[in-house]
Amino acid sequence: MSPLDHGLSLDHVTVEYDGVPAVRDVSLELPDAAVLAVLGPSGSGKSTLLRAVAGLEPAAGTISWDGRSLAGVPTHRRGFALMFQDGQLFGHLTVARNVGYPLKLRKVRGSAASSRIEELLALVGLEGYADRLPGTLSGGERQRVALARALAVEPKLLLLDEPLSALDAGLRERLAGDLARILRESGTTALMVTHDQEEAFAVADRLAVMRAGHLVQEGETADVWARPADAETALFLGYARVLTGAAARRVLDAARAGTQRAGTQVAGGEAAPVVAVRRSALVVDDAGVLTGRVLSATVTPDQVRLKVDVSGIGELDAVAGPHRHPGAGDDVRLRIDVARIAPVPGRDVPDQ
Amino acid sequence: MRRTAGLVALAALPVAVLSVFFVLPVSGMVARGFWPEGTFDPGQVLDVLGRPRTHRVLWFTLWTSTAATAIAVLFGLPAAYALHRLAFPLRGLVRALLLVPFVLPTVVVGVAFRELLGEGGPLGFLGWDGTPAAILAGLVFFNTAVVIRTVGATWESLDPRPAEAAAALGAGPWTVFRTVTLPALRPAVVSAASVVFLFCATAFGVVLTLGGVRYASVETEIYLLTTNLFDLSAAAALSLLQLLVVTLLLALSARLRATPDGAVARGVSRPRPLFPRRAARRPGPPAYGDVLAALSTLLLLLLVAAPIVTLIVGSLQRSGGGGWTLDNYQALGGTGEHDALLAPAIDALVTSLRTAVDATWMALLLGGLVALVVTRRSHSRSERRIRGVLDGFFMLPLGVSAVTLGFGFLITLGPLRSSPLLVPIAQALVALPLVVRTLVPVLGGIDDRQRQAAASLGAGPLRTALVVDLPIVWKPLLAAAGFCFAVSLGEFGATSFLARAEEPTLPVVIFQLIGHPGAMNYQMALAASVVLAAATTVVMLLVERLRVPSAGAM
Repeated sequence: MSPLDHGLSLDHVTVEYDGVPAVRDVSLELPDAAVLAVLGPSGSGKSTLLRAVAGLEPAAGTISWDGRSLAGVPTHRRGFALMFQDGQLFGHLTVARNVGYPLKLRKVRGSAASSRIEELLALVGLEGYADRLPGTLSGGERQRVALARALAVEPKLLLLDEPLSALDAGLRERLAGDLARILRESGTTALMVTHDQEEAFAVADRLAVMRAGHLVQEGETADVWARPADAETALFLGYARVLTGAAARRVLDAARAGTQRAGTQVAGGEAAPVVAVRRSALVVDDAGVLTGRVLSATVTPDQVRLKVDVSGIGELDAVAGPHRHPGAGDDVRLRIDVARIAPVPGRDVPDQ
Repeated sequence: MRRTAGLVALAALPVAVLSVFFVLPVSGMVARGFWPEGTFDPGQVLDVLGRPRTHRVLWFTLWTSTAATAIAVLFGLPAAYALHRLAFPLRGLVRALLLVPFVLPTVVVGVAFRELLGEGGPLGFLGWDGTPAAILAGLVFFNTAVVIRTVGATWESLDPRPAEAAAALGAGPWTVFRTVTLPALRPAVVSAASVVFLFCATAFGVVLTLGGVRYASVETEIYLLTTNLFDLSAAAALSLLQLLVVTLLLALSARLRATPDGAVARGVSRPRPLFPRRAARRPGPPAYGDVLAALSTLLLLLLVAAPIVTLIVGSLQRSGGGGWTLDNYQALGGTGEHDALLAPAIDALVTSLRTAVDATWMALLLGGLVALVVTRRSHSRSERRIRGVLDGFFMLPLGVSAVTLGFGFLITLGPLRSSPLLVPIAQALVALPLVVRTLVPVLGGIDDRQRQAAASLGAGPLRTALVVDLPIVWKPLLAAAGFCFAVSLGEFGATSFLARAEEPTLPVVIFQLIGHPGAMNYQMALAASVVLAAATTVVMLLVERLRVPSAGAM
């Protein structure tokens, strides 16, 4: 594989800690101005991969930027910026001096520096915070400052290590949107690692899934979402169940029956006797071809979540619109929402 | 109410002991200065302070302490980095070896440096013998260990990520050190430097053995005034001055130690290999900083080893330089040439060991109680204030020189002077801050909710202590005991005043031997020094094996 002319290329990269490989033989490309999220459970080696790209871990294999190998280039000469999970602001410096730190390193001084700092603080929505100390900021504010600092010198590549994981849910959602906007507006190439799929979907346009040090799947976010590489990946991506054999067949048949009416196609149906279903793949619908008996029902603001014993398949999750109130013991008809199932090419399905 | 009663009960014994054996002697010494003939007369104190010799002594103390502190920090920082952040073969051994000077008895260090720098010594050509340079070398030798220990512990637990973030933003290694690491280390460096300055300014044995009469610090001057010139009010005046300066210094360092945001991020870092394997080389050129730090540590190791090796070699030489022998060690069974000693040196060793055992249990008992009192969580503001005051009160012995203490004992505790317990009590007081400083971080680090959980499950106070505190505390307690024992074995300042003539400790004997004419006496002093050094080193190495981070870090 010849490295990309513009952007980041990893070619058979392996990182070991004391002889134990944390990243195994990963090859990956990230074109200029793209945002790639490396998604994986904790311990999958994703952070180690990020640190290797930053030059903080010795790695075997080739990591190159714009076609040139980065071997022998120390962290501070790579022109990248790294943003940690908890920001890692310098506690003894004010917000302005934190953001100005990389500018000072590049001899940007005086009014040029202060106007750039102002611009960056405006970009992250923190005007007027210049003289505060990091200790006085909230978690979200600290992450914004860290982002401004990382963007200060327009890094060739922004490395984000679980940038939003330390924040609470509501803030995380809002900041994820901001982050996506800021990265697009500034045209920054970014590599983000996270264990949170929603964070990855919100921010990235490409997705790479890692497990046990291996890269299992890589591609456009929507593609990875629609076609998980194997059962385990499907479960990690938020699919509730992976069905095999007769059960899978029945789900696919039901889906096809639905699409014939709707005029769309179910991808890969015939070849894949394995199918992953999301929690909301089965919808209570009197026109549906599947039948089942409700085992339990939980009402949420948007919908009713059900557990249904589907005939010929077994226990599955299903949803009903908020205007319907099927109770335990009721018999219901169900249709398949084809956007919420995915055929899986894998053979070995983990026990559930 | 019951809480306060408990607090008082726990604090009662240490407060009483400190009052009788510390406050009383020191205030008695102050009184001796201001009320020389029973009436208030500060004139004599002012008169002493106006003497040119006093000025000279004060100036000498200040500049040697400042210079020695600066050099110790300069050597200590790279060594702290190399020993706590780099991985290389034999690191544990090097670390232990560099910490040995910290517990070497001052008299031993004095003797070793005389042997090293004196006429005919390996470094005799430098002409440092009897000059301030020798004193400086001795002080640095001692105190670099303090810097390594204090700064190294902080450095090791320093979160590596801010530095990595800075590097990723484009900061080179030196810039990272200057702008990120150093500010984070500042509290530790300030605290190490102030403790080192304190140790230097109150150093006794080293200055006395290396400086003689010509170069005196405030500390040795007090000794000379008391024992040689019997000018007690002048000695009192100087003690007072020292007390004042030391208190000021402690207050100042407490203020400097506070960081702007009050918190330093903690984390764990894997030590970086100094010799990385070829297969997976760290990106970038070899870290010159690492190599420099390693070389500087190697140099330090040589400098620390030189006096010790010279001392050992000297102790195995026939007097007059006639080949190898064990005669010097055999002579320790006797009283020396021209009966320089009242009792055989071997008896002094036994006395030393016995005294050290007594001093250790006393210091542990007092220090343990103090640590308990200081670390229990306060329930009200006044309770907290009481604990704060007590904490400061028990640190006082750190601020008062051992000589002042010994001198104070001498003039106020007359009736007790023949008691064999006086020396261990004085030594226990000298070691007390060390015990407290080792135990407090450990006890303070125990989450109080663990005790509450135990209590809520039905455990009484005693059982709670057994289940929650003891498993965490026993190691630091053992380490503190070792430290006490080593400190007590080598204690010379207070002991030189208080040891009864027929029952001297080994450091006192060594000092007597080098003060007496006769080549054999000097060779005996060397042998005795090696024995004493070996004893303290063994204890120290055992302590080091316990791996208690707060042990010996002030």
